[in-house]
Amino acid sequence: MHDFVEAITFIGRNGQIPGEPHLPTLVHLTLETLRIAGIGIAIALVIAVPVGISLGHVHRGSFVAINLGNIWRALPSLAVLAIGVAFLGLGLGNVELALVVLAVPPIITNAYVAIDTVDRDVVDAARGMGMTGWEIVREVELPLGVPLIFAGIRTAALFVVSTTTIAALTGYSGSLGDIINNETSYHLAGVLGAAICIALLALIVEFALAALQRALTPRGLKLAEGEDLGLAIAPVVTEGA
Amino acid sequence: MIAIAARGPVIPNFGGRTSSFSCERANRLFCSDWVSRNWGTVLWPALRQHIILTLIAVSVGFMISTALALVAYRRNWLERPVLIVTSILYTIPSLALFELLEPVPGLGLSRATAEVALVSYTLLIMFRNTLTGLREVPADVRDAAAGMGMGPTQSLLRVELPLALPAIIAGVRIATVTVISLATVASLIDNEGLGAPILNAISNDVFKTELIVAGAMAVGLALGADGLLVILQRALTPWTRASAA
Repeated sequence: MHDFVEAITFIGRNGQIPGEPHLPTLVHLTLETLRIAGIGIAIALVIAVPVGISLGHVHRGSFVAINLGNIWRALPSLAVLAIGVAFLGLGLGNVELALVVLAVPPIITNAYVAIDTVDRDVVDAARGMGMTGWEIVREVELPLGVPLIFAGIRTAALFVVSTTTIAALTGYSGSLGDIINNETSYHLAGVLGAAICIALLALIVEFALAALQRALTPRGLKLAEGEDLGLAIAPVVTEGA
Repeated sequence: MIAIAARGPVIPNFGGRTSSFSCERANRLFCSDWVSRNWGTVLWPALRQHIILTLIAVSVGFMISTALALVAYRRNWLERPVLIVTSILYTIPSLALFELLEPVPGLGLSRATAEVALVSYTLLIMFRNTLTGLREVPADVRDAAAGMGMGPTQSLLRVELPLALPAIIAGVRIATVTVISLATVASLIDNEGLGAPILNAISNDVFKTELIVAGAMAVGLALGADGLLVILQRALTPWTRASAA
């Protein structure tokens, strides 16, 4: 218990240790973690959402979209980071590449399933009302697909935040993982404090995305689906080809 | 302390570079010499530890989550609290969870700490899959079982659980691959498994061959386990294939 009390004190001091020279503050490291993770998520979204939605809209490429999700789960983040370091060396670019590689597949798979499984009758009705393909995507398929699309984005975000901290183990400094990787300077109290911050950060990101999802879900769909626990949803695809 | 334990160059057996091998001196991408010299002493033991860590975590996680799912199947109120707790455990990043367990009395820097964390990541996946599988058994089928004179336990064992098997195995499959992935990070705590050579290579001036080989072995192990479980799933539930075709 004593260790945890000291960890809270460490957080209260914003990551400074009395008698030690000035260290990066916890606030700074938290914001850096968010920035590194945010860049990775943003790139992954730009790549994966359009691909998943287009494939789902034309109902093609289910084999690729589903198996991508299965192979993705078999990629240990530390292994991806390690192989990246070997080929590309250390740096923000390498870390972001690993984050994008890990974030793209769940987003594509879930976006594909989200759009592909929209009721065909609804899409036909929309077409009968004279909507063009683009209008169907924007007005019908996207709103109905919000819950599943977000399940993918939330899974990916969780993975990216987690992997950003693991990147410290491969020598890329700048995130909260630095503290965990440097017990010599920070002692157990600092390491525990950083672990608490990382856990809270992941939970806050998860809750924020769940709130955003609720705001974007059409009201009729919310009534039909009942309440959401507002916490991490593991990838939806449970049975692969 | 952890950092030193996991990564100190003092550990002799993790395949340091010897200057007499030019490929390793130059730190080329792949030195087959190094792999063949260190397979028996570094890579194979790490792979074996990784498999053992995974088997223990998935077995223990399977027992806990199946028990919880069976109780929640009969007592609906239990579902929500279990989902909330296991979701929070699932959300905590692995690096943080391993460290948070370290000061817990009786755990420390040991394999037990690694296993507790790994098991906690399997619970949400297998609990939800098993419960969903059981709930999706058609009411007609349950009625038919009751009509044939089966009691609740008999119906559960002989009708409901077999029908839920595809969902249960799908849960085991996701949990296994997840554990294989997270067990690489567990090396920070117990200095075992395929994460150990990766961390050693980083501290050894980013020794590329070891990074690539250990990383590829971790990916290969996860893909291999996933494939094996697909085969197991097909063997145990032949009827799903007939209906899918």
